Amino acid sequence: MTMAEGELALAEPAFVRRTPIAPRPPPAAMTGAVAWLRANLLSTPFNIALTILITLLLAWAMTEIMKFLVLDAVWSGNDRDACLESVQHRVIGACWPFVWERLPYFIYGSYPIPLRWRVDVFFLLLAVGIVWLLWLKAPRRDLGAIYFFGVLPVMSFILLTGWSAIGLEPVDSVLWGGVLVTIVVASVGIVVSLPLGIILALGRRSRMPVVRSLSVIFIEFVRGVPLITVLFMAGVMLPLFVPEQYSPDKLVRALIGIAIFASAYMAEVVRAGLQAIPRGQYEGAMAVGLGYAQLMRLIVLPQALTVTIPNIVNTYIGLFKDTTLVFIVGIFDLLRTIEVARIDPKWATPVTSTTGYAVAAIFYLVFCYGMSRYARAMEARRAKSGRR
Amino acid sequence: MAADANSGSLLKPGSLRTATAVELIDLNKWYGDFHVLRDINLKVGGGERIVICGPSGSGKSTMIRCINRLEEHQSGHILVDGVELTADLKKIDEVRREVGMVFQHFNLFPHLTVLENCTLAPIWVRKMPKREAEEVALHYLKRVKIPEQADKYPGQLSGGQQQRVAIARALCMNPKIMLFDEPTSALDPEMVKEVLDTMVALAHDGMTMLVVSHEMGFARQVANRIVFMDEGQIVEANVPDEFFAHPQHERTKLFLSQILR
Repeated sequence: MTMAEGELALAEPAFVRRTPIAPRPPPAAMTGAVAWLRANLLSTPFNIALTILITLLLAWAMTEIMKFLVLDAVWSGNDRDACLESVQHRVIGACWPFVWERLPYFIYGSYPIPLRWRVDVFFLLLAVGIVWLLWLKAPRRDLGAIYFFGVLPVMSFILLTGWSAIGLEPVDSVLWGGVLVTIVVASVGIVVSLPLGIILALGRRSRMPVVRSLSVIFIEFVRGVPLITVLFMAGVMLPLFVPEQYSPDKLVRALIGIAIFASAYMAEVVRAGLQAIPRGQYEGAMAVGLGYAQLMRLIVLPQALTVTIPNIVNTYIGLFKDTTLVFIVGIFDLLRTIEVARIDPKWATPVTSTTGYAVAAIFYLVFCYGMSRYARAMEARRAKSGRR
Repeated sequence: MAADANSGSLLKPGSLRTATAVELIDLNKWYGDFHVLRDINLKVGGGERIVICGPSGSGKSTMIRCINRLEEHQSGHILVDGVELTADLKKIDEVRREVGMVFQHFNLFPHLTVLENCTLAPIWVRKMPKREAEEVALHYLKRVKIPEQADKYPGQLSGGQQQRVAIARALCMNPKIMLFDEPTSALDPEMVKEVLDTMVALAHDGMTMLVVSHEMGFARQVANRIVFMDEGQIVEANVPDEFFAHPQHERTKLFLSQILR
């Protein structure tokens, strides 16, 4: 056979294809579920072992979790007796009646009960704002941005703290708690840190030495200090230096601390994104006559922020979980309200604490996973549009 | 003729625009200690087409990048359409509005569509209404023969198409002068011609052009003068026929013998 081909090549140095080769489907082993399994899960002996091990581990963990949360769980009752093994004569999983009873406390903290509708309205307004901003096909997203960054903060502030002039009874922020505080702290951190982080990142890359050093000092100082220290400074140290009547509310101080801390981290994330933009983009924009502000706003930042979306969301997820640290300065976030509720003698059972922490875990998991999924969807969308 | 290369006397009468478009006087530039441009003197008349060639590192790109102040010069004068380039930001903006530039690597904005790439500067710099800017953009996209790609993103186009978009983008600002920095060097051989054809058409319309390129066929076809640079200096400048037939300087002869096998 090879001989024949060799002879052909010798005899005919010129070759012209007379009939084109039509494309054929790939071999069966390359497509379908079986092929996918073979390629991804069972490609090597090591891979096979890993696949089996992880499947077993997952199966075991999932059954245990399901047993605790659903199968062995207690669903109704009025006090600890419902959730005691000795009383019920069976293995007890999660104690849900405890959660049902304390749920309002987990959500509102000590916010006065007749005024809790104001918190509900706040949640609703926030949800509207988030959907408007994140849903890419929503109508008038420009108005959405104005609403989210301008109208919403003012309305939320008035709603939650109250304003006697329009008949909203003032509520001291000491009474706020639970999900309300967690959401307020996280939203303020998220909303403030991005613009402030961008400004700091641009400052750090500035050609002006004063601007640059100020940004570097700020970023490095805040990043070099643990969040707990920042919160301590804001919560405990600040009142020592500022006269009492000028000292802002405890929650506001914590919010400022969180916002500053998150901004420093965000600045570094944004800076990484800025460095990913090739010089040619700056030159192309300058050559058509764009000024610095236009160049940054129209060309550099949109690209830098899109490449860095995974890192921004990563920072947001970290920030969302870090908000639990505000309990250090005596603010009752969700985790703190659960902490308080779980030692209530009325519900003192071996499973009460676990149940409370499970609620916290589910809450944080839902929010963080939501953020993560949204970021993935954005990335996928960007990849699909083939812009790079 | 050769000795008088800096005068405007070589202009074809039909394309003559009286004023001097670009004038470089005793231009010097350093990168740190490295003296990259040395006593450059060049006068380009309105409507004139200059092709600049020379070995890599000879300062040709740096020179044309000084003309729209993508590079700063340390001494000498640069006059663009009568405006002297200094550190004054207003002057720089004024010059950049009148000077279009096409880069080796296109430098299109990947996050914007072709049409948005073209309308961006007219809308934001010239303050043109969006509708009007889009009409202008489509006009120039038609001229570079890719109006049908207007809604695609640059990443979906071939190199040649991207470079033609880059030319259209520059033209949308209605510039008086166009700078080309090795516009075909990053292209696959099959795509060089479509870009050169666009540039030839532009030359026939009387645009003032400074082109850094080694496309000698293009130079012969459209250039009024060819400028040869080496080690940061202008070594020789002449009309194409003379330049190719009778290179004067040893360095020019060597360069031509290497690229015109």
